[in-house]
Amino acid sequence: MKITVAGKVKEYEDGLNITQLIEKENVETPEYVTVSVNDEFVERVDFEKALKDGDEVEFLYFMGGGR
Amino acid sequence: MLSNEQLERYSRHIILKEVGAKGQKKLLNAKVLIIGAGGLGAPAAMYLAAAGVGTIGIADADEVDLSNLQRQIIHSTQDVGKAKVQSAKETMEAINPDVKVITYRTFVDSESIMDLIKDYDFIIDGTDNFPAKFLINDACVMAKKPFSHAGIIRFKGQLMTYVPGEGPCYRCVFKNPPPKDAVPTCKQAGVIGAMGGVIGSLQAMEAVKYILGVGDLLTGYLLTYDALKMEFRKIKLPEHTEDCAVCGDHPTITELIDYEQTECEEI
Repeated sequence: MKITVAGKVKEYEDGLNITQLIEKENVETPEYVTVSVNDEFVERVDFEKALKDGDEVEFLYFMGGGR
Repeated sequence: MLSNEQLERYSRHIILKEVGAKGQKKLLNAKVLIIGAGGLGAPAAMYLAAAGVGTIGIADADEVDLSNLQRQIIHSTQDVGKAKVQSAKETMEAINPDVKVITYRTFVDSESIMDLIKDYDFIIDGTDNFPAKFLINDACVMAKKPFSHAGIIRFKGQLMTYVPGEGPCYRCVFKNPPPKDAVPTCKQAGVIGAMGGVIGSLQAMEAVKYILGVGDLLTGYLLTYDALKMEFRKIKLPEHTEDCAVCGDHPTITELIDYEQTECEEI
């Protein structure tokens, strides 16, 4: 299936879930990343649900610096 | 009425159809509060002062340290040891004597923030830690104040704008501060100096657009910048904010929270 991850279309095996995608994408600080799929926030308890062909996934990261 | 000197000083603004003399007067009558006179706050304060934002508040409890000067361009070598707010005020007044700079030599906390933000039209979060970022968010939501959130680290930066009733707040996206030291925020992580210039200037741009009422703000979007890839991304944020603990329909956070401060002082 094709899913869009951070704006880039990628080919992944069917049935991939968010937890697995986080691993494959080497997401930094995976425990604290916010995930949206098709412009909806995904709760952490739903990270095991399979993604679907055409899904658009965004990872939103904490960024704390500034001073 | 704009004086002849102001017509000259702001001529490159006034010639813009989005600004004009009317817009320049809006800027001169506007009040912006910058919390944190550092990597983000420095460029934001300088551009807003240059733009003729009439009243600029600046809050920071720290003194200028030599390690700040790699990025905090509002301070100079001779300012090391001086209160950051004082150093910032001197630079801003030197850039533009039209501007009234009000200094607050304090770290914001749940006790002080509501009083601090109440007289301002727009708030810029230039802080470096999650407790402060969540506090500013919650206070701005409760006081119905628009603000620009931003963060910078290493070669990356990001920002979003909150306007009451017009999209998600910071807490809609990030829920709660990460545990202390779980996400790097501190001086050991480092930051490339110009990152504050890029992101802090974008925060100033959001404030100016908000004051002028022109263009599209970063409400409902997170703009991310990766300097190594030289890539900007404007990421659409979910519109669903009904369940948010602070800005949602049934808020569970109704009082401000002082989360535990991280030990780090400067990035």
